[in-house]
Amino acid sequence: MPFEWLVAVRFLREGRFQSLLIIGGAAIGVAVVIFITALVNGLQANTIRRVLGTQAHIVVRPTEEVARPQREAEPGGLVMPRVEARAQRLRSIDQWQPLVAELDAMPALTGVSPMVSGPGFAIRGDATKAIAVFGVDPPRYDRIVSLSERLVQGAFRVQASEAVIGKELAQDLGLAIGDRFRLVTAEGGTTVAETFTVTGIVDLGVRDLNRRSVYIAFRTAQAMLALPGGASQIDLKVAALFDAERIAQGLEARTGLTVESWMRTNEQLLAALRAQTITTSTIRVFVSAIVVLGIASVLVVSVVQKRREIGILRAMGASRARIQRVFLLQGAIVAVIGSAVGMALALAMTVVFLDVARNADGTPLFELHVSPWLFVGTALGAIVCGLLAAYAPAQRAAALDPAQAIRI
Amino acid sequence: MRNEATAAAPLVELAGVTKRYGTGTEVETEVLHGIDLVLRRGEFTALIGPSGSGKSTLLNLIGLLEPPSGGSYRLLGRETAKLSEAELTRLRGRTIGFVFQFHHLLPAFTATENVLMPGLVALGPATPERRDAARGLLAAVGLGDRLDYPPRKLSGGQQQRVAIARALALSPELVLADEPTGNLDTHSADDIFALMRAFNRERGTAFLVVTHDPRLAARCDRVVELVDGRIAADRPNDAARPR
Repeated sequence: MPFEWLVAVRFLREGRFQSLLIIGGAAIGVAVVIFITALVNGLQANTIRRVLGTQAHIVVRPTEEVARPQREAEPGGLVMPRVEARAQRLRSIDQWQPLVAELDAMPALTGVSPMVSGPGFAIRGDATKAIAVFGVDPPRYDRIVSLSERLVQGAFRVQASEAVIGKELAQDLGLAIGDRFRLVTAEGGTTVAETFTVTGIVDLGVRDLNRRSVYIAFRTAQAMLALPGGASQIDLKVAALFDAERIAQGLEARTGLTVESWMRTNEQLLAALRAQTITTSTIRVFVSAIVVLGIASVLVVSVVQKRREIGILRAMGASRARIQRVFLLQGAIVAVIGSAVGMALALAMTVVFLDVARNADGTPLFELHVSPWLFVGTALGAIVCGLLAAYAPAQRAAALDPAQAIRI
Repeated sequence: MRNEATAAAPLVELAGVTKRYGTGTEVETEVLHGIDLVLRRGEFTALIGPSGSGKSTLLNLIGLLEPPSGGSYRLLGRETAKLSEAELTRLRGRTIGFVFQFHHLLPAFTATENVLMPGLVALGPATPERRDAARGLLAAVGLGDRLDYPPRKLSGGQQQRVAIARALALSPELVLADEPTGNLDTHSADDIFALMRAFNRERGTAFLVVTHDPRLAARCDRVVELVDGRIAADRPNDAARPR
C-alpha cells in the first residue's frame, strides 16, 4: 500500500472510537439525505401523477376574440372610449387538421388529441344536470387521459349515439350500462337534443369531474356544438413533464394560438412543489454542513493527538504535502464508509416507511423513487464533504514544525 | 547520486552557525553562538554538555529539522541554505536517521512496519526484499522474535532497538541520537550503546550521540562538549578508536 493510504488507514484504526463516531455521523447524514430526497421525489411524482392523470399536459386553443376600440383615447382625455369585452363564443382552431399532422410528427409529444368540447345538459326523466360535453377520438384521447384504465363499468366506446359518463353523473341520473339519456346543447343559438346510450362509466378520481363529464364521438360533438368540421382544442401529452412550458411557448410563438401548459394552469401546485424542493435542499445543505463540521472537529483533535507521529514521519522525510494527503484521505475514507453504511440505513428506512405508510385500503401510499443515481450522487457528495472537512485539519498537520512536534 | 566532489567532502561542515529563537520579539534569545564543527564519515561522536547548552538545537540543525539563523551548513558538500523545503525533506530522509530519547515509534504499526516506514516514505510500497532487510535489521538488534509486535508490547530497551533499526533502514550516512539511553537502566543503556557502536564499525555509519553519561562518552571516537551554545571542548578519544 502506498505510504499515505497505509498511514491514513492505520491512524483511523488506531483511533477506533473516534473513527466510529464520525463514520456514524456521516452515515446518518447520508441516510437522512437519501431518505428525504427519495421521500419528497416520491411525494412530488405522486402528486403530479394524480393531478395530471385527468389533464392534458398542454392544451391548444383558438386565440381569444378581442374587441378593439374604433377610436384611440385622445391625449386631452376628452374622448375615453369604453370597450366592452366580447363574449367568447365556441370557435374552432383554424386549420386544425394540418396542425394535428404537424404535432403528430413532433418527437417531444407522446399524445395528440383534437377535441370538441362545450357545455350542455344531461336529462333523464325529471332530473337535469349541467355537464361538459367532450367529443373525442378514443384511441387518441386514451393517450392523453387513459379512460380505458379508469373505466368502472363498460367500455370506452363512443359511436354515433353512444356516451361514456362519469361515475357520479351515472349515480345522479340513475344510469347503468345500456341506459339512455338525453343530451341538450344550445351552442350557436339553436338548441340541439339527442338521445345517447351509456356504454361506459369512468372514475376520473375527482368527484367534480365525475359529476359533469360526458364523452361522445368527435363527429357527434361537432354536430351538437355547432362546430361542423371543427375542433375547439387540441390536447397534448409530452414525454418530459417539465419541458411542457417550454414546448407550449414554442408552439404559441409558432402558431399564434393560445397554448397553455399544465405548469401554467397549475401554478400554485408548481409553487408548492418548488417550495418543497427548496425545503429539502435546505435540509440537505444543513445536514451536510453538520457532517462536515463533525468530521472536521474529530480530525482536528486527531491532528493534535498525533503531533508526535507527524513529527517522526516528517523527520523520516515525509513532505508536508504527503502529511496533508494522509489527513485528506482520512476524511475521504470516513466519507466512503459512512456513505456505504448510510445507504444501507436509507434502504432500511425506505422499506420500513413503505410498510408503515399505507392508504386506508392497505395499498402503499405512494412509490418511493430510489434511483441508483441518487446513491451515486450522494456518495460523491459525501466524499466531497469528507475532503472539505479534512482540509483544515490536514493544513494544520502539514504546517506542524517537526522539531517542535518531536520535542513534546 | 553523489559526484566525486561531494564524495570527498566531509559529512557535516558547520561554519559560524548561530540559532536564535523569537527573532523580532522581546524574548529573542540566541541558543547557539557561532558553532564551527566538522563531522567526518564513519566517525562516532559524543555530544555532551549541561542541559540548556543547545545540544538538542544543534542536533535539530544538523538533522535539517530547523534552519540555522546564521552561518553556513554544508551536508555532504551541499550548502543547505540553498535547498528548497522539498529538497531538504528528501535529503533528510535519505542521509540522516534519527533515534530519539523517548523511542518515538509509531504506535499504530508493528516493529517490522516501523523499520519499513523510512523506505515507504522514500521509495514507495514495500518490496519483499525490503521486508527481508527490515526483518534482518530487527534480528541484528536482537528482536528476531518480536517482528510483529506493536510498540506497546515491547520494553523500553526493545523499543529503542527498533528505533535504531529504523534509523538504519535506508543505510544513512549519519545517525543522530538524542539521549538514546537517557530513559533506560544501565544494563539496557550499555546494550543499546554497544549496538550502535557495532553498526558504526560494520557499516561505517557515522553517529552523533547526545549523552549525559560520561561512561558512554568515554567509549566514543570523539567527544564534543557544548557549554552555553559554544563548543567548549572537542577532543579525540584515542582509547576508544577501533584498532
